[in-house]
Amino acid sequence: MKRRWAMVIDMDLCTGCGACVAACVAENNTPTVGESEAGKGRLMQWIRVVRYFRKEEHDETRAIFVATPCMHCEKAPCEIVCPVYATYHDEDDHVNAMVYNRCIGTRYCGNNCPYSVRVFNWWDYKREKPLDEQLNPDLTVRSRGVMEKCSYCIQRIRRGKETALSEGRPIRDGEVLPACAQTCPPGAIRFGDLDDPESAVSRMMKDPRRFRLMEHLGTEPSTVYLKKMRAPGR
Amino acid sequence: MKGENHLSRLDESKLYDELSRSNLPATKRWYAGTGALLLVVLASVAAFVYMMFTGLGVTGLNRPVMWGVMIILFVFWVGLSHSGTLISAILRITRATWRAPVLRGAEAMTALALMVGGLYPLMHLGRNWRFYYILPYPSARQLWPNFRSPLLWDAVAITTYLTGSLLFLYFGMIPDLAIARDRAAGWRKKLYTFLAAGFRGTHEEWRRYHVASTLFAVIIIPVAVSVHSIVSWDFAMAMVPMWHSTIFAPYFVAGAIYSGIAGVISVMVILRKAFRLEKVLTPDHFDNLGKLLLTFTLVWGYFYFSDYLTAWYSRFPEDWEVIRSYSGHYLPLFSLLVACNFLIPFPMLCLKRVRQSIPAMFAVSLVVNVGMFTERVLIVVPSLARRNDPSIWGSYFPTWVEISFIVGSIAMFALIYVIFSKLFPVVAISDVKEQLFHTTDRTIGGANLSTVVSGEGKEEGRET
Repeated sequence: MKRRWAMVIDMDLCTGCGACVAACVAENNTPTVGESEAGKGRLMQWIRVVRYFRKEEHDETRAIFVATPCMHCEKAPCEIVCPVYATYHDEDDHVNAMVYNRCIGTRYCGNNCPYSVRVFNWWDYKREKPLDEQLNPDLTVRSRGVMEKCSYCIQRIRRGKETALSEGRPIRDGEVLPACAQTCPPGAIRFGDLDDPESAVSRMMKDPRRFRLMEHLGTEPSTVYLKKMRAPGR
Repeated sequence: MKGENHLSRLDESKLYDELSRSNLPATKRWYAGTGALLLVVLASVAAFVYMMFTGLGVTGLNRPVMWGVMIILFVFWVGLSHSGTLISAILRITRATWRAPVLRGAEAMTALALMVGGLYPLMHLGRNWRFYYILPYPSARQLWPNFRSPLLWDAVAITTYLTGSLLFLYFGMIPDLAIARDRAAGWRKKLYTFLAAGFRGTHEEWRRYHVASTLFAVIIIPVAVSVHSIVSWDFAMAMVPMWHSTIFAPYFVAGAIYSGIAGVISVMVILRKAFRLEKVLTPDHFDNLGKLLLTFTLVWGYFYFSDYLTAWYSRFPEDWEVIRSYSGHYLPLFSLLVACNFLIPFPMLCLKRVRQSIPAMFAVSLVVNVGMFTERVLIVVPSLARRNDPSIWGSYFPTWVEISFIVGSIAMFALIYVIFSKLFPVVAISDVKEQLFHTTDRTIGGANLSTVVSGEGKEEGRET
């Protein structure tokens, strides 16, 4: 059951609402760090919505939103530098997996990730009652001193594969969705299997607007973007 | 004039007394000084324990600057450790006649600075109590470390170098330990007897000792060069702007030797003062060390210039943003670097008057190491702060915890050096003796020269 999971983010549809970030935080037990820590650059969110402003004609300023999760690179720079294999390539799902128990916190992966999507547990983040009740039981709460990052909601991928296996059928396109893709109100984030030529992401990969972030670095990201186009009415 | 400035050549026990003053019984002042250093070290250890139990949040680190003071200190101390063994090995191989009094102090500096430096990459781990995951030990889960990671190369290189330099230090000390054994009493006698390994000074022993020490020196040079190359690859292998440079390995080695020579000079000045070694460590030694330092000022300057020229000229946007930050946010540090590493030491070291003045050399050597520390800050921090993705750009300033590590590292080095020099002969007594044996005073014209006949029959003169 080898899969090549990929994510397509349509920047034309993205409104920059940040619902993906909220969904990701809720799904993946990501701690909220508070204002002062966030100001120091210690946000723990696995996906960020970056805003770039551009001056258009008539002094109109427009924003471009770049939702940035982990790119799950096929040639991931983070993997080779980890001295203990805490982050490695999952060849079955073609994702960049993270073993929290193995991580010793050298933070080399965080330095070598050109997209800077890896975050580090600087503290033991406390969840006051009753907030601990909302933790997702499908995945761990990470301890202090380990790196973490977007996993393409690996727990959902695993569950989808198990369900499909028990029902004796292949996974249907759209059956497995990460929290961000499931939540995105305009449907800008699509997720699916590239090995399935009929899947939505496979079709969107043929879009001429397709590009990858920092393609010149040769990391071959699995997360691809569809460029924002300027046209009448947009 | 004849003989006044010389060590006693004929009276062996007087020579030993002069050179082993550091091993005299500890005075109250010694205990007070060592105690003060110990307190500083303990305070720094307390800060580390606090960090270990609270989390790395107590540092100034963040995303994007995930490496900070601890990595800077690691590179700095490993750099300082470089010249000791390297200088001593090169001087041994080239049979530089002035080397004898410098050897031991420099070799000890290597081993001890490496011990200090090697701590910091372990301290900087997020879960430092799991540091042994990096070792290739037989694990029940059949997990093996990742040999593709430069950090693992680092662990291998540092442990090899530490082992090698400790052996080099110990091996060179055996004849001196034998001399000390013959003169010591009490627990020192026991210690030296054990460590001298039955060295009696027979012809056969000396012959083997010379062969082995030459071999050792030849072997340790590639190890020393490889270690700092590997430290540089921690950076150069990463896809971080300005780190990813092919010149980094030789540039780091040159920088390491540069800061190391400066460190040796500082240590020599302190040893000379503390143990009244004025007759052994003459201004001529500092003149020679100053010439070495001058050479490496130029070598370092050349590497720095050529590394930045290519990055500046090609103007790749990622590199360009880092270079731009040198003239912006990091301008004070950059000016300090250029001043301390080139503009001040270069003209100063060109003057013989400066090279022969011990206070001036002490000042220059300290200035160089301030500059080299700044250089490491500028390598680690701006590149990370101006990473590929502008949305994540940040900055970094150390907190009190990290500043206490900086102070603590200096105190720790001083502490173990003080203890080392109390326990072991800090001047290579047998090498000095050997040199004195080869030295004769000659009157040439109006000048009184002490001349040395070296192994190859060449003569070198030195004015006295």
